[in-house]
Amino acid sequence: MELLSANPGAAVFAGATDLIPQIQAGRPEPTLAVDLKRIPETGRIENSGGFWRVGAAIPAAVLTAHAGLSAAFPGLVEGAGLIGSDQIQGRATLGGNLCNASPAADSVPPLVALGAEAIIVGRGGERSAQVSEVVIGPSATSLDQSEFITEFRIPAPSRGSSDAYERFIPRTEMDIAVVGAAARIRVDGDGRCEEAAVVLAAVAPTVVEVSAASGILEGRVIPHYSGRDAFWDELGEAVVACCNPIDDKRGTAEYRRKVAQVLARRTVVTAARRARETL
Amino acid sequence: MSRTHVTCVLNGDEIDFLCNDYQTLLSALRDELGMIGTKEGCGTGDCGACSVILDGQLVCSCLVFAPEVEGRRVETIEGLAEVDHLHPLQDSFLEGAAFQCGVCTPGFLMAAKALLDRNPSPTETEVRYGVAGNLCRCTGYDKIVRSILDAAARMSDPERQKEAT
Amino acid sequence: MTTTRTGYKWVGTRPVRHDGLDKVTGRARFGADYATAGMLHGVVLRSPHVHARILSIDLTEAAAMPGVKAIITGADLPDIPDETGTGSEGGINFRDLSRNILARDKVLYEGHPVAAVAAVTLRAAQRAAEAIEVDYEILPAVLSLEEAMEDDAPVLHDDLFTLGLDSPPDRPSNISRRRVIARGDLDAGWEEADVVVEREYTTKAVHQGYIEPHAVVAETGEDGRSTLWCSSQGHFAMRTYTTKVLGWEPGDMKVIPAEIGGGFGGKTTIYLEPLAALLSRRAGRAVKMVMTRSEVFRATGPTSGSVMRIKMGARRDGKLVAATAWMAYEAGAFPGSPIGPGVMTVLACYDIPNVLIEGYDVVLNKPKVAAYRAPGAPMAAFAAESVVDELAEELGIDPIELRLRNAVTEGVRAVYGPKYRKIGFVETLEEARDHPHYSAPLGPWQGRGVASGYWFNFGGETTATVSINEDGTAVVMSGCPDIGGTRAALAQMAAEELGIDVHRIEPVVADTHSIGYNDMTGGSRVAFAVGIAVVDASRQLIEDMCSRAALIWDVPREEVEWVDGRAQSVTGASAPLTLEELASGAGATGGPLSATVTVNPRGAGAGFSTQICDVEVDPDTGLVTVLRYTVVQDAGRAIHPDYVEGQMQGGAVQGIGWALNEEYIFDRNGVMENPGFLDYRMPVASDLPMIDTVIVEVPNPDHPYGVRGVGETGIIPPMAAVANAVYAATGKRMQDLPMSPVRVLEALSGD
Repeated sequence: MELLSANPGAAVFAGATDLIPQIQAGRPEPTLAVDLKRIPETGRIENSGGFWRVGAAIPAAVLTAHAGLSAAFPGLVEGAGLIGSDQIQGRATLGGNLCNASPAADSVPPLVALGAEAIIVGRGGERSAQVSEVVIGPSATSLDQSEFITEFRIPAPSRGSSDAYERFIPRTEMDIAVVGAAARIRVDGDGRCEEAAVVLAAVAPTVVEVSAASGILEGRVIPHYSGRDAFWDELGEAVVACCNPIDDKRGTAEYRRKVAQVLARRTVVTAARRARETL
Repeated sequence: MSRTHVTCVLNGDEIDFLCNDYQTLLSALRDELGMIGTKEGCGTGDCGACSVILDGQLVCSCLVFAPEVEGRRVETIEGLAEVDHLHPLQDSFLEGAAFQCGVCTPGFLMAAKALLDRNPSPTETEVRYGVAGNLCRCTGYDKIVRSILDAAARMSDPERQKEAT
Repeated sequence: MTTTRTGYKWVGTRPVRHDGLDKVTGRARFGADYATAGMLHGVVLRSPHVHARILSIDLTEAAAMPGVKAIITGADLPDIPDETGTGSEGGINFRDLSRNILARDKVLYEGHPVAAVAAVTLRAAQRAAEAIEVDYEILPAVLSLEEAMEDDAPVLHDDLFTLGLDSPPDRPSNISRRRVIARGDLDAGWEEADVVVEREYTTKAVHQGYIEPHAVVAETGEDGRSTLWCSSQGHFAMRTYTTKVLGWEPGDMKVIPAEIGGGFGGKTTIYLEPLAALLSRRAGRAVKMVMTRSEVFRATGPTSGSVMRIKMGARRDGKLVAATAWMAYEAGAFPGSPIGPGVMTVLACYDIPNVLIEGYDVVLNKPKVAAYRAPGAPMAAFAAESVVDELAEELGIDPIELRLRNAVTEGVRAVYGPKYRKIGFVETLEEARDHPHYSAPLGPWQGRGVASGYWFNFGGETTATVSINEDGTAVVMSGCPDIGGTRAALAQMAAEELGIDVHRIEPVVADTHSIGYNDMTGGSRVAFAVGIAVVDASRQLIEDMCSRAALIWDVPREEVEWVDGRAQSVTGASAPLTLEELASGAGATGGPLSATVTVNPRGAGAGFSTQICDVEVDPDTGLVTVLRYTVVQDAGRAIHPDYVEGQMQGGAVQGIGWALNEEYIFDRNGVMENPGFLDYRMPVASDLPMIDTVIVEVPNPDHPYGVRGVGETGIIPPMAAVANAVYAATGKRMQDLPMSPVRVLEALSGD
């Protein structure tokens, strides 16, 4: 931390999948690069005391191969598993995916939907912050120069709770999400939705939570999408209300609004089915 | 500029080299060690031509800082064959005409090896996703996918394995 | 897999290719794999603007930086006259070529080279390039065909006057050339038509997408003689072009071909070669230059974006009676789009009596286009074959049946002039119609499309040498880079002739000082033209060896025949002499055994392909997934069926990429937004099914084994095949490429 605060040109990295291309493209070489993978806390996965602790510098390939984590947070693992090719999976991490501060990061919507906290260390010691508060805009985080994320603390899922993540890309692999959607659903013993969180990627400057989703979905047994149930339209409207997308090389604003609704429905259905399966 | 001294195990041999702090593993392999079998197609991790296996994990060597491999195991295309015979994947690629220009081939072979190390009998779909990080512009992938499936079959069939050696 | 005709020992078989081992072990040396001790690294400073006048270039600071050994700008290249030379895919204007390599008074696209630097390290060269100060006066940019063709459009070249107009223009414009093809009586044709379909189509610029970036090492000696190591589709052309641009003598330059990591037409021209050679001359050291992927996209040849309006009329019985086509192709910053082959191929599949085709070559502020696999034909086929599909539907005739009723056959006059010789178009249609794919059931939101395509193929200037070693092995030497298995095919033809094992033959791609001139590897010409030369050379050698056997046996030449790699006595009076025996004793019978043949053959057999595509469309997202794909193509004769299939599959998949996701995306200012493989979305393995192939063999009478070129035809039908399938799945006609999810969802929402 001292090194980082003393070196304004310093960079921390774990997978470096974004840092290296930036340097190759002409970003000034950092005055110092700190490899977070060498810090033990960043590399562990633990489940104790009602929380999972997931190291911020663990390659996605390790997360997707972790049976316990996959069972507890299938949506988070789906998100992590979609960050690039197998080659990128060998390098890319949750911490890097978050701190790169792209609105299209695949692992961030599930982290936000799960209510995950980031454990941040820096000159001022250790602090924690909701993942949703770490990114404040495209390529901008609330971390100061000396700070980095060591791990994520995620509430262990209760019985009847699960999550899902889906994204849309034009190819089957290798693209950045045009739209992404994560859902976390908790159902009661009868399979009725008690609580829901829906979080969208790539439709606004940061990932956004559809805060109205819980109210719309609560008390319902969530079936397959049929187009007949009116609450899907309500959910769609709530999704669109949260979208503030742009036209860019990956898609139009109009397209993102439409597909955000589609993906929100699909992930809600998947998360609800998974939640019921835990009963 | 002072250079960093890195020691690693490259294709089974302990070796060392000097590199700059922000040099990539790809550049160190090619420019410092003369290992030109690993190719650069994009430099941004989007084509897979520079794929190598680092401590058992498939990575793009263009996205690894060379100093990071200190004390680690690196496998490249140059280490795939044994002294007197090719790896079954290499045999399958040759017999199955799995390449035309051949510049993506080392990357495909390393990705396929990582896939078969992890999943010895993949389905066609698993093969396609297993090499989705590798671009080939010549073949349309058909013969590559068939050749990987063929290699998997060879490797799980002791008779054919014997034949190959 | 395809079954192939038998009757030959080597032709039509699938031996392991000779260069294969080097390529699976990482030993093969591609362009960027060469290095010499003490070499410098060169980089290019490129324009950030799409259209600007260069007011001044200040090299002072850059030249003084540590490690910098040489800097060159446009002022260092000679002015050369407005002169057109030949390339294997059409003419090349050396004055434009020079100005594309280093800008003179104006920059014409983002990425246009302005200066080049050589320094002791790559980093030092990059820093020096950044320190070069260029003062630009920004000019209004021309970014679309529509804008470029307007009367009051800003003009890129004030000396560009449209060729091919009825009366010569009195002022310059962005239209470099108009091409017209006409026959018959259109009014009568429309009169006869019962059904007429007229549509407009657009396509975007797309890149060849070879995985190996352009790379060169140049070493120029104190005597002015130089050596280039580079990967290209033709090292002789690289020498011609490079020395032309530099004002040097071709004989003073040796070009050593590296293995080429894909070209698809894009490596038929030069970019870095003269820069490296001149920097090396200035610095007195070897210079290596390698493009980044971003440079490859921004400054090397995409193929044209296009606008096309096609109108076709048919009688109720399905006979096509009239057609017009209006086509405009983007040339990029300098004239030279493939509009020529575009107008020639657009209707070349069909026998239509009344036709008017009009094509325009248009310059605008984008990178200069380069050849791309069947240049000009794929976009034209997208338009024409979509119209044919609509006509079939309107007429209630099966689309393959409609094509059969109008297909060109031997003796029919092609719309662009000559009569077709023996061709296999009908055979590809029949094979497609009878293929199980064509009648397989489809599910909801699934659809099937078919389309066909035509390509000329090419012969070209060729030298080949076949030599026999003292152990009876042979070397087959050509001067055409092997992009996809041609060495194996040439060795197979030599093996068939000589009667020896294909792996006792070593096929070699020789450098410019080691063999006579060869045109580029392009136009699908190598197995055809070099094949002819290799077969001729092999037959000369056999004749020579038979004569020597006759000498040894002291019998007339007529009493010797060549059978299974041996000279045999017709009368049985002497024991056969093997190739080994004749070779090891060659010194005593007249000297070494070697034959060189030069040819410039006509009669490259025309290629036709018909393709079937099944897609599924996700109505919620607009995603199009290719479920099944079959390529039927006439290869004349497949020498090595694996690599013929590979050409068909590779071409089809490039076409699928063109159809679905590939496009140059520019921002408002004309700066390319997707110069990388992340957002220039070429198909990946998981996007695709297996690509089924059916090789049709209607032998080309002008080749000893019947070969037709196979490299290019496969990329022509896919865009229309996919579009017709999307229509079948959704009821929406997609007239603009790519059929990206955004576009498809938009079309689906149009109800």
